[in-house]
Amino acid sequence: MKKIIIVGNGMVGYKFCEKFVAQEHSKNFEITVFGEEPRPAYDRVHLSEFFENQDAKALEMAPAEWYKENGVTLVVGERVSDIDRNNKTIATSKDRGFSYDYLVLATGSSAFVPPIKGVEKEGVFVYRTIEDLEDMLAYAAKIKAKKPNARGAILGGGLLGLEAGKAVMDMGLEPHIVEFASKLMPRQLDSRSSQVLQLKLESIGLNIHLSKATNQILGNGAITGMEFGEDDALDVDMLVISAGIRPRDELGKTSGLEMGARGGIVVDNRMRTSDKNIFAIGEVALYNQMIYGLVAPGYDMATIAVNQILGEDSMMAENIDMSTKLKLIGVDVASFGEPFMPASKGHSVIFENKTQHLYKRINVSLDGKKLLGGILIGDATDYNMLHQVYLNEMAIPEDAAQLILPASDGGSSFGSVLDLPDTAQVCSCESLSKGEICCSITEDGCNNLSEVISKTKATTGCGGCKPMVVDLVNETLKSLGKEVKDTVCEHFNYNRQELYDLVKINKVADYDEALNLFGDGHGCEICKPVFASIFATITMETANRQPGIQDTNDRFLANIQRNGTYSVVPRVPGGEITPQQLIVLGEVAKKYNLYTKITGGQRIDLFGAQVHELPLIWKDLIDAGFESGHAYGKSLRTVKSCVGSTWCRYGMHESVTFAIDIEKRYRGLRSPHKFKGGVSGCIRECAEARGKDFGLIAVEGGWNLYVCGNGGATPKHAVLFAEQLDDDTAIKYLDRFLMYYIRTAGPLVRTAPWLDKLEGGIDYLRQVVIEDSLGIAEDLENEMKGLIGKYECEWKQAIESPEILKRFKHFVNSDDTDENIEFVPMRGQKMPKPW
Amino acid sequence: MENILEQYKSVSNTDVKTWFKVGVISDFPENSGACIKYKTKQIAVFNFTRTGKWYASQNLCPHKMEMVISLGMIGNKEDVPKVACPLHKKNFSLEDGSNLAGEDYKIAVYPVKIENENVYIGFND
Repeated sequence: MKKIIIVGNGMVGYKFCEKFVAQEHSKNFEITVFGEEPRPAYDRVHLSEFFENQDAKALEMAPAEWYKENGVTLVVGERVSDIDRNNKTIATSKDRGFSYDYLVLATGSSAFVPPIKGVEKEGVFVYRTIEDLEDMLAYAAKIKAKKPNARGAILGGGLLGLEAGKAVMDMGLEPHIVEFASKLMPRQLDSRSSQVLQLKLESIGLNIHLSKATNQILGNGAITGMEFGEDDALDVDMLVISAGIRPRDELGKTSGLEMGARGGIVVDNRMRTSDKNIFAIGEVALYNQMIYGLVAPGYDMATIAVNQILGEDSMMAENIDMSTKLKLIGVDVASFGEPFMPASKGHSVIFENKTQHLYKRINVSLDGKKLLGGILIGDATDYNMLHQVYLNEMAIPEDAAQLILPASDGGSSFGSVLDLPDTAQVCSCESLSKGEICCSITEDGCNNLSEVISKTKATTGCGGCKPMVVDLVNETLKSLGKEVKDTVCEHFNYNRQELYDLVKINKVADYDEALNLFGDGHGCEICKPVFASIFATITMETANRQPGIQDTNDRFLANIQRNGTYSVVPRVPGGEITPQQLIVLGEVAKKYNLYTKITGGQRIDLFGAQVHELPLIWKDLIDAGFESGHAYGKSLRTVKSCVGSTWCRYGMHESVTFAIDIEKRYRGLRSPHKFKGGVSGCIRECAEARGKDFGLIAVEGGWNLYVCGNGGATPKHAVLFAEQLDDDTAIKYLDRFLMYYIRTAGPLVRTAPWLDKLEGGIDYLRQVVIEDSLGIAEDLENEMKGLIGKYECEWKQAIESPEILKRFKHFVNSDDTDENIEFVPMRGQKMPKPW
Repeated sequence: MENILEQYKSVSNTDVKTWFKVGVISDFPENSGACIKYKTKQIAVFNFTRTGKWYASQNLCPHKMEMVISLGMIGNKEDVPKVACPLHKKNFSLEDGSNLAGEDYKIAVYPVKIENENVYIGFND
């Protein structure tokens, strides 16, 4: 049996193992992989996520068991210190020796620390490993305790530096980015796009200092500042250096492999070093005089080395595509092909909108026929398609500007994805071409997206190609004459609206009957909650009648949180609360030792309740006059309000009163997704009503009604629907609007995307709701009145029924509670103990 | 936290040394899951009323190490009975504990026996 040793268990080293064990002949090899870090390979690209959740496990490429199950011996916390090429052995930092037939060097890189005076001071860090991050976190906590407004600086405004900037911001320090060049991300962006990015980052609180050469780090023992010029300095309490990378090529040097003049182990296009039994891949390999610091080329190198060892021939491409798309602190940034281009080679088309922090540039060949590259800031939705057009040298429209200008008719300027050549690479993580993806449908008989994904593994890497794969699958199925239906799941061949009608017309009693009549199999976590919502919006039944089909949150009438405990949110209509009610909430929280926080919807969330405590807590709350806030349900959350004319000297109408009326009207109403409302007393809009599914804003002569807005991941302002309405008309329109949405929207589709897909858009919606073009307005109103009349607080139901109360117990066979739940103190309250 | 995970290893019918009684059928909710305690282990028990079948697995989510699997929604994918973890909706086969999306996380499963309305779980210790 031949032995392979992989030196380095980073992303590329792991990828080598993954690709290797997937091959038929891999069984004839014994694989050992060494990593010097204390844990298995993790996703360094998403390192800054560690600050959000401090969950190292979530970043793992694969858990330690994976290696065991696939016959790979994983040795962590042990560095390979020497290679003896003559005897084909290695030695480790623990003085152990191993022999090899093939050696794969995947040692990656380390952070480059420039020789600045004072760089050794306490409080100066590099940004590379989870251990670096843990040290930074501990230090940040220490300095913040002494100085609440402490500053953290990052040396380097490149890609990684900006990621580190987010990390420093998440730690609660005032973030400062210090860059030597005159622009951010100097390798990827031109000056104008860099300015747009800078404006955007400054708007979210990053301080940016350009053209600064750091002379020395100031401070006595610990860092207190950075000095740039004679009279130019910045006070900082912590510094993170992110000034580039250096290949970890020590083993290459000491064992006499051919090296690049400025480091890196030289490899040919088959990843072979100057020793035929040794390969180098990833950031330690110098290919075409270049070190490639991106994951995709590293993965390609891993695949090529796997093929070489197994006796198959494949070669690295001559020109490596350095295109990237990423979300940097929530901002889309993408560049592809040649982002900067001398005017002698072609023309550029540039679209810039600084008010919205948008920048798009494409570079077009002199004859106007080919796309050479480009940059997108702020909105990179077109990246996939532009990247394909570039890679495949596809023909572009005569007016190239159409590629980046917002299409006036809302349609795409690209035509169909099927126009791509079969060789177009769609999923770069798994190296899948358009042809291979389509083939899984036309030849291998896949019938839908999930079958294509399990057959090809497309989208399972970074997931960036998902929209394109979805389009490809749908278009290919359509081209074969197969019907593409937005069916709910494998158990029902209908969409939500059809199921809603079927249940209503056939007076279906419960989920089991629906499954018998129209379904197949035994259901799943997708169709069950859809039916729960449908039954609730036809009969107003609460989540207590059919607990088995409720999502976990609804089943326990609370929101399950990180450590398996729950949070409790009583309804506070319109955000109006009496001092006595506040005292009750405080006392309940104290009694059950709950963490309390004010929510965005003007109510109070009580966290950290165990399942058996929920009924006890609710008994106390209900006795004090509270009722369920349905924060766990796909239902009305809150109607947020400002104080309005009752108190405010600018207020036009009584916004609080109206908000309370509306919140009480729709409380408990289930819907395809959660929905929220807002009522503002004047156009200053302090209730942020336009960020809600429905909003009312007081104006001279009545209320302006806005619909279909939301906050969240894709914020959208609600659109003006009708003007100067009196109270009754506003309610009438709202009843009709909400009922129409409830009847017709797909599962988990909020009002904004529902409106986007509604043919005819807002004008059509006005016709249905205001002009009653479908003749259903009265139906909608009556249906809504019926539902409102049947409202019941489901928590009151629960605490009054011994049968329902049986559910709120951790063990069936014991009164013990879950001993794995642990808390630690935080700012005078508690939080779940981090794993 | 791996040591918590390590105590959960699948048990097959032929390996059972102890049939541990965990309650009677009516203690368990229909078409859903509930949790029982056996020594230091937490086991999720699933009552598929529609098919009359029962399954058991570790209650520990192997992804985030929380005791929550019994709270997940159950159903089937093609012919395989499954549970969806309530935290991130990862799907696991209740027949062999494998991850139905082909990911590496998986769960340990245990045999269930029904005799005279009593519910027993099989362990090998």
